[in-house]
Amino acid sequence: MATEARRQPITIPERFRPGVMPVVGGLLVLALLAWLGVNLVKTPYDFLEIALIGITVGAIYALVALGYTLVYGILELINFAHGDVFMLGAMMAATLTVSTFSLHDNEAASKWIPVVLLALLIGMVFCGVLNATIERIAYKPLRNAPRLAPLITAIGMSFILQNVGLAWKGANYVPVPNILPRGNVFRLGTADYQWNKLIVLIVTIPVLVGLVFLVQRTRQGKAMRATAQDSDAAAMMGINVDRTISFTFLIAGALAGAAGLLYALYVTNVRYDQGFQLGLIAFTSAVFGGIGNLPGAVLGATLIGLIQAFNEGLAWHAPGSDWTQSIVFSILILILVFRPEGLLGERTPEGG
Amino acid sequence: MARPRTGDVRGWFGDRSALENRLLVALAVDAVVFVLVGVFSGVSASFILTLAVLNLLLVPPWSTLEVGGRRIGRLVQPVGLITLALTYPFYVGKEFQIPIFGAFPDVATGVVMLVFIMMAIGLNIVVGYAGLLDLGYVAFYAIGAYTVAWFASVQFAKHNVHFLSVGVGPGVPGFHISIWLLLPAAGIITALAGVLIGLPTLRLRGDYLAIVTLGFGEILPQIARNGDSLFNTGFNLTNGPNGITPIDAPGFFGVNYLVGSGTFWTSDRLFYWTALALVLITAFCSWRLRDSRLGRAWIAIREDETAAAAMGVPLMRTKTWAYATGAFFGGVAGAFYASFKSATFPGDFFFNISVFILCMVILGGMGNILGVVVGAAFLAYLDREGLANIGGWINQHFHANIDVPKYEFGIFGIILLVVMLFRPEGLIPSSRRAAEFHEGVADEPLYDVQH
Repeated sequence: MATEARRQPITIPERFRPGVMPVVGGLLVLALLAWLGVNLVKTPYDFLEIALIGITVGAIYALVALGYTLVYGILELINFAHGDVFMLGAMMAATLTVSTFSLHDNEAASKWIPVVLLALLIGMVFCGVLNATIERIAYKPLRNAPRLAPLITAIGMSFILQNVGLAWKGANYVPVPNILPRGNVFRLGTADYQWNKLIVLIVTIPVLVGLVFLVQRTRQGKAMRATAQDSDAAAMMGINVDRTISFTFLIAGALAGAAGLLYALYVTNVRYDQGFQLGLIAFTSAVFGGIGNLPGAVLGATLIGLIQAFNEGLAWHAPGSDWTQSIVFSILILILVFRPEGLLGERTPEGG
Repeated sequence: MARPRTGDVRGWFGDRSALENRLLVALAVDAVVFVLVGVFSGVSASFILTLAVLNLLLVPPWSTLEVGGRRIGRLVQPVGLITLALTYPFYVGKEFQIPIFGAFPDVATGVVMLVFIMMAIGLNIVVGYAGLLDLGYVAFYAIGAYTVAWFASVQFAKHNVHFLSVGVGPGVPGFHISIWLLLPAAGIITALAGVLIGLPTLRLRGDYLAIVTLGFGEILPQIARNGDSLFNTGFNLTNGPNGITPIDAPGFFGVNYLVGSGTFWTSDRLFYWTALALVLITAFCSWRLRDSRLGRAWIAIREDETAAAAMGVPLMRTKTWAYATGAFFGGVAGAFYASFKSATFPGDFFFNISVFILCMVILGGMGNILGVVVGAAFLAYLDREGLANIGGWINQHFHANIDVPKYEFGIFGIILLVVMLFRPEGLIPSSRRAAEFHEGVADEPLYDVQH
């Protein structure tokens, strides 16, 4: 061992040589921009319409991504079950709007607005309580265990929730009628912007503003930030760390519930395994923006939503929806390898 | 024959010697099993014989047996178990019905169980020894499977290359290399892929590594699914969702495994014994590796990365070796499985399968080969036959109509959750891993500190 040690001094892994990697990364970004530019020039109105779709999808991703980022910020845990909480929220929304209140295609505004608001409230409470319960059952007992332990229970929980969805709604897509109006808000050239897309933003933006207010301005938000920074010190300052963590899971779940409702209404179908896939995309968004960073999650989600929409929609040399997942995961891997702190994250000791 | 250890052994039955304890526990277990089987499916001669053999093998403290100063007793249990496994095809048909679980798994199921045991032992090197959570192990399985699919099928029909393949007509187009050469080749290719994936990613800390491996595990099947015309060039690499089938079977002395030879060398038996040989080789390598300098370095990294680095363990190289070794066995197992199934489809490589294999390692006991073998055999059996049998039993006795296999992964999720919460070291743990889970380890990874 001793000779080995002398021959092999402790190798602190070098980051990739600073000269080369930014150039490669820059070239990749340039190629991406060039591709977008050509598409913009060739089919400007399609480009606009696709961008609007991307922003809508990105808003839903943002709500889910915030849940990942909140939980990661406070526990450093990738909550694999989060996507499935979102899926159950979407199923809840589908049940409420279709079975309980029997809404149909092209419902009158006086009818769908109160129902959707009620469903939003119920869905947020349902998912919030569900997420907090999951934390209590699956993560809290493992607070001091090796780090892999809660990660493994999170995966187990994810599969359990998927099977709850499977038992609840079966293996097929649950269809949701076109409850939201699909008339045009505006039309620019051939690019249409429909009301259902705008409604997604109308719901998302107040939720985001409310979250920022909660985290930045309230006592509970201060407790969350303190626990995220240093839970031991927070406990010494008299913060009830367990309650703060439960509250964080509650908020994260409520965001997933809101996302679930919007997804059910906008995409108009839900299946038990969609939560996991969307959860991975949302997690990628959170990492992209800088995990633990709330504006970062929103920025990352919007960018991922745009990338997905451009990839699936653009006409000129787009890889197409067959490759969406691969592209998203490639982004995830590249970000983690080259800039683990994400776009907006700071290089903190915890950030790597 | 046995030397009862005396001393301060306090067992379940109060102050007794170790031997008395063993006997009492064995008696109690036997009584319970006897009553259960008697009530549910009736006591038969095969049951009594099976119970007697298991008792003889497991109850006496064989490991303390010495003959002429040599502790040959340590060999009794392994040799006995291997003999039981080797002769399994001969007595499986004559065995009794297990309560609830039904019949013993047939030989073809045994092959699948052995393949998954091999994969689980491979993953155990990464997760159990080195403590790196790999959620994309299925990628290695896929690489191994497609390696065999490319070089032992009609996939590339423009070429006509035959080399030592058995049972393939000389006029059949495509590559047809002998499976015996392809198995190690698939292992080496997969290990190289493991190094390629590992080099940039192994610097990441545990949970980030997990998600990156998950990413690779999702990307590779998508390439397989879309690979029937890569980037619209028309080049058919993987035959897309239809998969590559048929794939050549192994064979020697002119006997093709798919056909077999006579009533003794049936196809299933040939595959079974070959799989058993592969598992034994894998287990032996894994066991010797654990005690080697490299294996001790893995365990050191798992327990405390910073301390290991301070002691001169080269982190990156050691981790990459763990990754490559785990990948090697995954690749060989995948290659053999593809040849056994005579097909490979992109649908075989979902994230579910990674979790399935992870579940085996965790249920059995991370870091312990015997535990992993038991966990893998049990879960693979549940997947193939067990769940369907249990479901049939439930539906028959409670007049229910539950599709139990449909909820397979929910059941695995519950297993993951329950094991992590109540017995994180698994059913048959390595004592060292158990201590880590209960006393904690220095879990702060070195690379948190940015340089």
